[in-house]
Amino acid sequence: MKRIGVLALQGAVREHIQMLEALGCEAIQVKQRKDLENLDGLVLPGGESTTMRKLLDRFDLLEPIRGLAQQGLPMLGTCAGLILLAKDLIEDEPHLAVMDVTVARNSYGRQVNSFEVQLDIPKVGVGIPAVFIRAPHIEAVGKDVEILAQHEGKIILAQDGHLLGCSFHPELTEDTRIIEYFVSSMV
Amino acid sequence: MKQTGTELVKRGMAEMQKGGVIMDVINAEQAKIAEAAGAVAVMALERVPSDIRKAGGVARMADPRIVEEVMGAVTIPVMAKARIGHIVEARVLEAMGVDYIDESEVLTPADEEYHLLKSEYTVPFVCGCRDLGEAARRIGEGASMLRTKGEPGTGNIVEAVRHIRKVNAQVRKVVGMTEDELMTEAKLLGAPFELLREIKRLGRLPVVNFAAGGVATPADAALMMELGADGVFVGSGIFKSENPEKFARAIVEATTHYKDYKLIAEISKELGVPMKGIDIAQLGHNERMQERGW
Repeated sequence: MKRIGVLALQGAVREHIQMLEALGCEAIQVKQRKDLENLDGLVLPGGESTTMRKLLDRFDLLEPIRGLAQQGLPMLGTCAGLILLAKDLIEDEPHLAVMDVTVARNSYGRQVNSFEVQLDIPKVGVGIPAVFIRAPHIEAVGKDVEILAQHEGKIILAQDGHLLGCSFHPELTEDTRIIEYFVSSMV
Repeated sequence: MKQTGTELVKRGMAEMQKGGVIMDVINAEQAKIAEAAGAVAVMALERVPSDIRKAGGVARMADPRIVEEVMGAVTIPVMAKARIGHIVEARVLEAMGVDYIDESEVLTPADEEYHLLKSEYTVPFVCGCRDLGEAARRIGEGASMLRTKGEPGTGNIVEAVRHIRKVNAQVRKVVGMTEDELMTEAKLLGAPFELLREIKRLGRLPVVNFAAGGVATPADAALMMELGADGVFVGSGIFKSENPEKFARAIVEATTHYKDYKLIAEISKELGVPMKGIDIAQLGHNERMQERGW
């Protein structure tokens, strides 16, 4: 059974755990360093990226997670998780700085501009429900990064080898296909 | 087709706040302190609840200038309060682009019979509740997030504890009932029947439920998490304490690690004096904000 950690400092932790368990994985809540042992993959969930960053620093999790990403541990970042993974942020200092993408925060405006839409993603499937909440988007990608999906001209799903970054929240819907793609083809 | 303001988008916003602390602030400087401490959102107000108590008179929506100032100061979501049933205050806040509106009993109600029909708005709403009937009526009107009412501005956790225990006990009861018992329970609670069916199916409330109204220390915040709150609002507890930066940070850490008692001991050391509290028994019925709402 695959052991997948979910960073559990704040945010949509429960939803990711339920989805991973439904896909037959063992889901581990990661709150401290020791929870990072023997994982086959790690999910950085949606939430508030500034809050998560403060807590990553205070509980000495930033360096260990960065180290694991550099050693090749598969990671999926959704929304705030994508912001944590990015090597570059527009108008902000990066956090883990491991995924070769440049990310813009709150790039669709405030909460009243948050939306849902159905997406066709060739590598994943058709009619995938995508919920964007004060979402970021990927402004630019490095040469080894594969763009998996765009919406209205903005990159919203991309893969940099073992790292998958997603602007929206697959964990908020009942559709498991994005998480399944991560678990079955990357972990 | 791109759709804004859907139930999923509005409830989802609250899901992203889970495990976090939302702090009351009255200006840009306090908002920045809250953000630096790790708040997941701030509530922009003209006065914190304890000062609303002191000031007396009619408490209304904050001056839009203050809300605007706070929105300009931080990148985390900004919430603001509208009076119960005040359609125009709510529409004004929505037009300004606040991320969440609290239809709040902390302000003087504008309507003593009807709450806002929150499903009509693109912006999501949070509302207070003391029991499952009240919680379900607010969800029925379109609230995307709940919080306990507690007793705001008192620094006394006793009412918030009463409310979270009550709601969760009533949810457990509904979950354990058979389908044929739900209609009578709906009648007794004053709750929409379909919502009770949904609660039974999910095994929990369909929206996030935070603690609010009396949180004053890191241990208070952790207690509310222990009792099943999804996160914590702190009103007067931070900026009425002796050392707001330290209190704010410690409350954030205690909320994340609410079962790590050694850590809570560590972060609670030498925090200085918390806000001065009020014994609820000293408050007359007309001074209890929790009685507002129907």
